[in-house]
Amino acid sequence: MTVPMSVASERRGKCELAFVVNGRRENIRVYPMERLLDVLRHELNLTGAKEGCGEGECGSCSILMNGELVNSCLVPALQAADAEITTIEGLAAESQLSALQSAFLECGGAQCGICTPGMILGARHLLNKNPEPNADEIREALSGNLCRCTGYAQIVEAVAQAARHRSSE
Amino acid sequence: MRSDPADYELIAPGKLQTVVQLLAEEPGKWLPIAGGTDIMVQYSAGKLPARKLVSIWNLPELRTVEISPNEITIGAACTYTQLREHNIIASEFPMLASAARWTGGIANQNRGTLGGNIVNASPAADSLPALLAYEAELILVSIRGERRVPYLGFHTGYKKMNLAPDELIRAIGLRRQFSGYLHYARKVGARNAQAISKVCVAALGRLRRHNGLDALGNMIEDVRIAVGSVAPIPIRLTDVERTVAGKSIEPELVQLARKAAAAAIQPIDDIRSTARYRAAVTGNFVAEFLQQLREQGKTA
Amino acid sequence: MSDQRIIGKSVPRKEGRDKVTGAARYIDDMTLPGMLYGATVRSQIPRGIIKRISFAPQFDWDEFVVVTAKDIPGKNCIALIGDDQPCLADGKIDHPEEPILLLAHADPHLLRKAVDAVTIEYEPLPAIFTMEESEARTEIIWGTDNTFKTFLISKGDVDSVWCTADFIVEGEYTTGAQEQLYIENNGVIAAFDPQQGITVWGSLQCPYYVHKALMALCALKEDKVRVVQMETGGAFGGKEDYPSIIAGHAALLAMKSARPVKIIYDRTEDMTATTKRHPSRTRHRTAVSKDGKILGGEIDFTIDGGAYATLSSVVLSRGTIHAGGPYYWPNVRIRGKAVATNMPPHGAFRGFGAPQSLFAMERHMDRIAQTVGLSPVEIRRRNFLQPGQTTTTEQTIREEIDLSKLLDRALELSSYTAKKKRFAQENQTGPIKKGIGIATFLHGAGFTGSGERYLASVVGVEGCADGTVRVLVSSTEFGQGTNTVLCQIAAEALELPYDDVCIAQPDTNQVPNSGPTVASRTAMVVGNLVRSAALGIKQALIADGLLSDKYSPEEFRAACKHHIAKRGELRSIARYDPPPGVFWDDEKYRGEAYATFAWAVYVAEVAVDLSTYTATVKEFVALQEVGKVLHPILAKGQIIGGVAQGIGFAIYEKVVWQNGRMQNGQMTNYIMPTSADLPKIRVFFEELGNVHGAYGAKGIGELPMDGPAPAIVNAIEDALGVRFDSIPVLPEDIFETVFADGVR
Repeated sequence: MTVPMSVASERRGKCELAFVVNGRRENIRVYPMERLLDVLRHELNLTGAKEGCGEGECGSCSILMNGELVNSCLVPALQAADAEITTIEGLAAESQLSALQSAFLECGGAQCGICTPGMILGARHLLNKNPEPNADEIREALSGNLCRCTGYAQIVEAVAQAARHRSSE
Repeated sequence: MRSDPADYELIAPGKLQTVVQLLAEEPGKWLPIAGGTDIMVQYSAGKLPARKLVSIWNLPELRTVEISPNEITIGAACTYTQLREHNIIASEFPMLASAARWTGGIANQNRGTLGGNIVNASPAADSLPALLAYEAELILVSIRGERRVPYLGFHTGYKKMNLAPDELIRAIGLRRQFSGYLHYARKVGARNAQAISKVCVAALGRLRRHNGLDALGNMIEDVRIAVGSVAPIPIRLTDVERTVAGKSIEPELVQLARKAAAAAIQPIDDIRSTARYRAAVTGNFVAEFLQQLREQGKTA
Repeated sequence: MSDQRIIGKSVPRKEGRDKVTGAARYIDDMTLPGMLYGATVRSQIPRGIIKRISFAPQFDWDEFVVVTAKDIPGKNCIALIGDDQPCLADGKIDHPEEPILLLAHADPHLLRKAVDAVTIEYEPLPAIFTMEESEARTEIIWGTDNTFKTFLISKGDVDSVWCTADFIVEGEYTTGAQEQLYIENNGVIAAFDPQQGITVWGSLQCPYYVHKALMALCALKEDKVRVVQMETGGAFGGKEDYPSIIAGHAALLAMKSARPVKIIYDRTEDMTATTKRHPSRTRHRTAVSKDGKILGGEIDFTIDGGAYATLSSVVLSRGTIHAGGPYYWPNVRIRGKAVATNMPPHGAFRGFGAPQSLFAMERHMDRIAQTVGLSPVEIRRRNFLQPGQTTTTEQTIREEIDLSKLLDRALELSSYTAKKKRFAQENQTGPIKKGIGIATFLHGAGFTGSGERYLASVVGVEGCADGTVRVLVSSTEFGQGTNTVLCQIAAEALELPYDDVCIAQPDTNQVPNSGPTVASRTAMVVGNLVRSAALGIKQALIADGLLSDKYSPEEFRAACKHHIAKRGELRSIARYDPPPGVFWDDEKYRGEAYATFAWAVYVAEVAVDLSTYTATVKEFVALQEVGKVLHPILAKGQIIGGVAQGIGFAIYEKVVWQNGRMQNGQMTNYIMPTSADLPKIRVFFEELGNVHGAYGAKGIGELPMDGPAPAIVNAIEDALGVRFDSIPVLPEDIFETVFADGVR
C-alpha cells in the first residue's frame, strides 16, 4: 500500500497537511504531533468526534481513515496526510439521514448521545465489511465503543435494523 | 491531553532506507512510531520521554506479508487487522490470529502493529506468547544490513531487548511447520474485550503417532508452552516442556506440569490482578492444554 | 383508553436527530471569543496543612490568572446542604485531589505545564481511609466525632422478639465505591460581565443547584447569576452536585480575568477528583420463625461520605429507608450512619443509597433461606409486603401490588425452577458452573418525605408566536428522555401533535426551578406539573373565548397566535402541591417516605468458569411494575442501561484506593462492561398506575440499579456453593474463596 506523504517537513514547528475530510480537500498548518482528534475539532470545527478518555479505550473519538475505523485521539496529524477521513458529519448527504442514523433514532440507540458518533461510525465500518452481521458479530465489532447509558441492546438492534435496510445507504 | 505538540518532532520520510539512515545518524534519538496505539497513549498522559519521532506507518516495505513454501515473513508494521484477515496466518498460525483478535477493539486493531507490540515489550502483550511458541525469528535492519535473531531471547529484561539503538524490526519470520499440532491459545483479562491480559498462554503440542496403538497415542512428541503476564518478559516454560516431553498425558503428569509451571513463573500483584491468581490460572491453562492434547490424540 | 395518542408511544427522541448527526452541542464543542482555559492545582496528600505554595521561576506568572481562596468574593464554600466543603482549600487539606488554586491561560498546553510548575509544601497529618478507622475515632477529621449524620427508624418492639425467634440470622455485607463513568467528562465555561454578572454553561443535571452555589461563592444576587445546561453526555448523579464546584472554579477565574474561562477535565482528573458512589457496610441481625417469617431485626447501615458532608445525609436517608426491602417487618430498628474519611467526597450515583442497602437485604434473604431451610423463592414469598401492611417507616401500602404474583411471573419468564435443577445436575462435571439468583426489591420515586414539599417545584408552559407550545423546566436531559417525555405529556394534555411541542434549553434566565433532575422524579412529579401547566394555557385560551372545549390542532395554533398578538404572551405556571394524606415525620423518621414505590423482581443467570474463576452474566430477566410506561423504548432503554451499570457494580467495577487516592483512574484500568460482556437483558413491565404521577407514571431511572448486584451474587453462590458478601466480586476474589475452600 503506497501512500505518498505530501508533507513539506520542517524538523520542528508546524507542517502543511493536506487531506480529504468528508469529501472536502483540506489544507491546514499544524504540529505533526497534534492529535487528529484535536485537528478535526479545533482546526476544522468538526466537533462530532469526542474525547472521552484520551487513551483509545472508549471509542467516542473514532472516525474512518481510508475506510478503516481508528481512534482519532491516537493518530498524530502527520500520519493522516493524504488520507480520506470520514466523520459523523460526513455520513449523510445534506439533510438526509443514513439508514444507520435513522435506525439509531428508531430503536433508541442514542441516549445521552456522546458515544453515538463513534458508535455509528463503528457500525458503519462493520456493515462495510460484513453487510449481514449477527448479534454476536455486532457486539464484537462494537466492543471498542463504550456506552454507559444504553447497555448496548438497543444499539445492537439499530445496527441489525440498518443492515436489513442497506439498500437506502 | 497532557503533552504539548509543539515540544515534539515527528517526521515521515516515507522510505525504509531513509529511516534506517536517520537512525544511524542519530542513534537512540528517534523513536519509531507505527500505529501509535501505545506511544500515543503515553504521549496523551504526558509520559512519553522521547521528543523526536519518526513515522514508519505505511512504509510499504513493512506492511507486506511474504509467503514462501517453508516460511511466511510478516512486515513489522502489519496491523492486527491484517493478521486476522490473512488466510495463511489464520489457518497455519491461528494463535497469532487469535491474539490479534484479542488486542483492543477494532479501531486499535486497525492501527496496532506486530512490530510495535514486540518493541513496546509489555509483559502482558497478547501476541508475544504466540511468537515464542511458534519460534519466530526477527529480521532486524540497520545501516549495517540485516540480521536474523530468534525471538526467544530477544527480550533480555523488562523493556530491554536485543535491539541496537540504530536498529529497526523489519519483519517477523515464521516457519510453516505446525500443521498436525494442537494450537492452544487462551487469555484472561478483566472483561471479554479491550482487556489487558492477566495471563496469556500460547501452546503447541503434537502427539506421537502410532498406527492403531491406542496406548501410545497420547505420548507427547513435541510441545512448546509460552506465557505472558507472569514475568517481566513473555517466557517459554521450558522446564514444563522438558517435564512432559516423551511422556503419556496422564493425570499425574498434568500435576507435575502444574508444579513445574508454578516454579517457572514470577507473577506479581499489580493494579490488574494478583500473583496468586495469575499462578493459579497459568496452571489451569497448562492443564487444559495438556487435556486437550490428550483428547486430540483420542480422535486422531 | 382515551389518553393513548402519544403517551405510551415511542415517539422520536426530541433531540435525537442532533445526536445521530454530530450536531448536538456539548460544552467542549463550545468556545467564546477571548476565552481562556482553566485548570486546577490539587492536593497530593490526603490530609495536612499547607505550609508553602511556590511558583517555578521559569514561568512568567503575570501571564496567568491565579486564583486562591483569598480571591473568593463571597463565602469559600460549595453551598449545598451544609457549608463545610470549601471551594478552594484554605490552609488545610482533607482529601487527595482537593482543589487548592486555579490557573487560567489562553494556551491550554502552557497551562498544563504551569499546573505542574506549582509546588505545594505540606505538613502532613494522620489520615483515615475506612469506615472502621472513622468509627474508631482515634483520629477526628470532621466535627467532633467523624459522623456527618445518623438516622434511626424504629418500629414495634425489636428487643422483645429475640427470645421468641427460632433462628437469629446475622450477616455483614459491603459494597465498594463505584465511578459513574459518564463518557463525557465534567466541563463548564464561565463568563463575567460587571453589569450582567456571571453566566455559566455546562454539563450538568441541576442548573439551580449551580445557581445557588454561585450566588454564595461570588456574592452575587439571584438575577446576576445565570446557568445554562448544554447537551450533557451522561450524568447518573455524577453531575448532580459536582458541577457547582467546577462552575465555581471557572466563575472565579472569569471574575478575576474578565475573560470567559473554559474548564474541561480529562478522564484521569475526572475519575480521581470527582464524586463516586458511597461505599457501604450493612449489618443485619434478624429474628426469624421456623416457618421463615421475619419477626423483627436490627439493621446497621453505614456509608463512607469522604471528607465533606455534601449529599451524604440524603444518600443515607434513602439507603436507610430502603434497608428493609419489599418485606413486612413487624418490628425493626434501623440505624443509618454516614461517616467521614480522607477521600474525595462521595456523591450521587443512580440509586443513591438504595443499591447499597438493598444489596445487603437481598443477600441476607438468601442467607435466612439457607438457615431456615427454605428456598430463596419461598422465603421472600412468605415475607412480602401486602397491600394494607406497613413498611419499616410505617407507610401503608395502598396500591394493589401482588409481589407474589410478580415473583411468579419472573420465575416463569426466566425458567428459574427448571434451570436451577438443571444447573445443579450439570455443575457436577466440567469447569463451568452455572447458577441462577433472584432479587426482589422496591424503589421509592421522588424526593423523600417532605422533600418534594421543600423543593416547591415550579413549571411553565407557554405558547409561542408561531402557535407551537414550549415547556419551561429546569429539568435536564442527559439521555434518560426528559425532553421527549415532558413534550409527550404536554402534547397529550393539549391534544396536539408531538411535533407541535418543544422544550426550552434549561437556562435559569428562561425557566423556572422545577427542582433537580434526580431521584427519578422528572416524569412522575415534574411531568404532572407540566400537565397542569399545559392545561393552564388551554384554559386561558378558552377563558379568552379563543378556543372551545373541543378543538383541532389548527384551531389551537390560531388561538395561540391570536392570544399572543393581543396580549403579548401566553404562559401558565404550575406549582407543586403536596398530595393530601401524605405525611412524613422528619424527627421520628416515620410516615409516608415516598409518594409511591416501583416494585421489581430480577433474575440473573451466571456462569463461573473455574479455569479462570471468572463469572459472566449469561441471561437476565428484569420485571418491574412502574405505574405506566410513558415511552416503551425509553423505558426499556433505562432498564437495560441501569442493569448494565448494576452488572458492573457486581462483578467488574472496582476502585483501587491507595492513601485515599484512586489508583486506576483510566478507562483501561477501571473496568466497565463492553458490548461483548453483556447478555441479552429481557425487560418486562407491569402497570398498576400511580395517582401521584403524570399519566400514572412512577419514576424508573434508578430502580434498575438496585436489583442486579444481589441477584448476580445470589446466582454465584448458587453456582459455587460459596458465599460472597462483598462487591465487586472479581475473579481474584472467587479464586481466593474457592481455593480457600479447597473446592476444585
